[in-house]
Amino acid sequence: MDDAGLLRLSCLELRALLDKGEITSFELTNACLRRIEEVDKKVNAYITVDRDGALMGSKKADEMIRKGESRPFTGIPIGLKDVLCTKGLRTTCASKILKDFIPPYDATVVERLRAEGAVILGKLNMDEFAMGSSTENSAFFPTKNPWNLDCIPGGSSGGSAASVASLTSCASLGSDTGGSIRQPASHCGIVGMKPAYGRVSRFGLVAFASSLDQIGPMTKTVKDCALMLNSIAGSDIRDSTSHPSPCPDFLDYTDRDIKGMTIGVPLEYMSEGLHNDVKEAVEGAISKLEDAGAVIKEITLPHTEYAVSAYYIIAPSEASSNLMRYDGVKYGFRAGDYDDLMDMYIKTRSMGFGQEVKRRIMLGTFSLASGYYDAYYKKASQVRGIIAEDFQKAFNECDIILAPVAPTPAFRLGEKTDDPLEMYLSDIFTIPVNLAGLPAISVPCALSSSGLPIGIQFIGPQMGDHLCIQFASFYERLRGNFGECPIS
Amino acid sequence: MEFEAVIGLEVHCQLKTKSKIFCSCSTDFGAPPNTHVCPICLGMPGVLPVLNKKVLEYALKLSLATNCSINNRNIFARKHYFYPDLPKGYQISQFDLPIAEHGWIEIEKQDGTKKRIGITRIHMEEDAGKLIHDDKRPLSYVDLNRTGTPLLEIVSEPEISAPEEAGEYLKVLRELVRYLEISDGNMEEGSLRCDANISIRKRGDTELGTKTELKNMNSFRHVQKALEYEIRRQTALMLDGQKIVQETRLWDEAKGITLPMRGKEEAHDYRYFPDPDLIPVEISAEWIDDIKNGLIELPAQKRERFKAQYGLPYEDIRSLTASRALADFFEECVKKFNNPKKVANWIMVELMKLLKQDALDIAQCKIQPQHLAELLLLIDEGKISGKIAKDILEKTYATGRPPTDIVNEEGLLQVSDDDTLYSVCKEVATENPKEVDKFRAGKKKVIGFLVGQVMKKTKGKANPKRVNEILIELIG
Repeated sequence: MDDAGLLRLSCLELRALLDKGEITSFELTNACLRRIEEVDKKVNAYITVDRDGALMGSKKADEMIRKGESRPFTGIPIGLKDVLCTKGLRTTCASKILKDFIPPYDATVVERLRAEGAVILGKLNMDEFAMGSSTENSAFFPTKNPWNLDCIPGGSSGGSAASVASLTSCASLGSDTGGSIRQPASHCGIVGMKPAYGRVSRFGLVAFASSLDQIGPMTKTVKDCALMLNSIAGSDIRDSTSHPSPCPDFLDYTDRDIKGMTIGVPLEYMSEGLHNDVKEAVEGAISKLEDAGAVIKEITLPHTEYAVSAYYIIAPSEASSNLMRYDGVKYGFRAGDYDDLMDMYIKTRSMGFGQEVKRRIMLGTFSLASGYYDAYYKKASQVRGIIAEDFQKAFNECDIILAPVAPTPAFRLGEKTDDPLEMYLSDIFTIPVNLAGLPAISVPCALSSSGLPIGIQFIGPQMGDHLCIQFASFYERLRGNFGECPIS
Repeated sequence: MEFEAVIGLEVHCQLKTKSKIFCSCSTDFGAPPNTHVCPICLGMPGVLPVLNKKVLEYALKLSLATNCSINNRNIFARKHYFYPDLPKGYQISQFDLPIAEHGWIEIEKQDGTKKRIGITRIHMEEDAGKLIHDDKRPLSYVDLNRTGTPLLEIVSEPEISAPEEAGEYLKVLRELVRYLEISDGNMEEGSLRCDANISIRKRGDTELGTKTELKNMNSFRHVQKALEYEIRRQTALMLDGQKIVQETRLWDEAKGITLPMRGKEEAHDYRYFPDPDLIPVEISAEWIDDIKNGLIELPAQKRERFKAQYGLPYEDIRSLTASRALADFFEECVKKFNNPKKVANWIMVELMKLLKQDALDIAQCKIQPQHLAELLLLIDEGKISGKIAKDILEKTYATGRPPTDIVNEEGLLQVSDDDTLYSVCKEVATENPKEVDKFRAGKKKVIGFLVGQVMKKTKGKANPKRVNEILIELIG
């Protein structure tokens, strides 16, 4: 089997090969590294490739497998969004200000995967500090969509999505603050899940907006997603916001039927502004599911139109606070030529942060300023509560909500870089989910008329991650074969 | 025109929990720079704070002891500013919903009357690090050991009307935190810090004048002195018809004056907002009850009880209840030697003298309560004289040896045997004919000198009362 053939297999399939001894992790890891060498100069998914660390990790994993201590991710090579702290491995957040930052600790999710013997290939590109929808805001380089190198892969977890799609990693982790996992997953034709807020520990995830950020799996299949969620989910004493409830076995929900269950379709998400190809894709999925025995119900989420505005006050407010620590004093970039302390702060932050990050810091600083707080941050928090209530009411009528992920398929590189507002609107269907803290999964659905992938998302009720997986997995089987990424 | 001062105090009190408020680093003082730090208190990317429950417990203790009402739902807020001693760029504090509000403590004024001072609020927060400035080069060093040490901020109502009252308020507060064993309460070492807001107004006026905020006072004495200076300064301005500027002023210890802080350091918008990394802390009624029930006797209650139980004068009670350890020492001692006044005197005079010499605390003292009781019993039974007892106390203080052992081993038992005493008294009478004559001539005071001579010959071991009697019998 050639590298691409091997790497096209899912994590579950690779697991079987590894455990049967038909392949070693060392061989698999080498295949990934060769594939990165070959393909990633075109895609640019990786910021850092940790060749030595990965090979060492693979040998350790082979040892575990040999001893019969194999666990779901033992020996599986994965990539990590460069927003997750990795002990001893540079973590940049795709920002100049953390260009050479090497954390002395692992994020909880990294620690858990390492404990299972997962092989960490390297760190994946993203919009700087996860702020963006196209990965064009990386301080280093943009990542390309493997389906069409002239298009964006989506963002901010664009590197994570592109690497899974271009087979340079077997699975990856991303983070989703307003759609940053689901939207690139949709654009790159892979599965991407934002778990319920609190389901996965945020410890070691460099914070963008703490009350919205969640880490989640980005995989080829829903089963792989469930498998990875099993490995990373669960409460963590280092994160006070992690949810104390025990996690079900998510893989257990991948082979279930959905007959007789109700799927809500929000009126507000299917209205004008939706690209025709996307609309058709979603409608196609709805009728397939209906044919398979699901009950389809039109629902309403009446305050959807306020979500983007509320989000663009809350997220930048928290970001302006979270990013205060990058001041040139302790770690990271410090401007060289300054007159005094204040000048050092100003020059370091002016030079260290990119345009979009600075824009959001300013937005957030303004929103929290005394005298403006009530009109902006406080009001936005109230809107957030109302949006969460909308969902709560909707879930009285349905088991799951089906919605588009992004209003359009992937757009072309550079197309929206000069229009931040237009860029912000590409997250219109994903943002409300983060505001409400709900779980949602994006699963590939169809190809657009120009051959670009289109995903749909299943949004679950509070802590209903297992329901998202159940529906997504059922739909995945129903959909059958999805097109093949040309680069693979 | 007569003016009165209106003073409110903001006290920061460092809690002596073992670990910091949001991470497990030690709070020990005096370690080499940047050794009690971890990614969390260093504010590294991606780390999260987790509240130390002990801080909450200590805060509840003080809140209950200061008669505050407790907020069952506590929210932590971020207070933002850039400074190198603040690694995250924000301090985690409380803003909208502090742990406690609307309390009071009672102070005693100069004239002995009591006065209640209202407590506006008490809130929890984290301390910042320290900057050490190089005195030769334009360089500053950052030490983040202190970063994340838990603090309580206690804000008083503007109900303090004189510098002495401010001093008294601080003393009462310090006594409280020490009694509760939640803080060292040491202003010189910075475990208690005090800022003051002060304005003046015409006596009788109800409206508040323009206030200034005083900072940089690191002892009770300096707080009082700074307030006194500020009253004089503001009064002079008022009398001169000038306006008082609302500003922050720093106390200059060397010059004994307050000076305005530079404007730039003042202009802060802290942009408070609820910290999304910390969930609201719910405090159950049961927990509050538990703490209330477990609360030890507070100084004011103790004083009341001492008055009723031991019938001591107020001054004695104040000294004896200055610390929990001292009060406990006194009570232990009285249990074994039931003469409160005598025990009190020996503690306040002899014991305190020894402790003061070495600047020691009663807790560090080798003399145990039973030692003092033993000693007083020996005096009471006529076995040793008061003078010998003082020597023994010093020896016990130095070595921790029980007084009875010292008496036995060093043969210090008082001589009450009449044969010996008669012969020494006769000797003294023979050797001092002049004094004997004077006595016989009516100068009865001379007897003291003669008794002294007998004591000298017996190295203090003679029973002075009996010597007195024998001498009168011999020469009278």
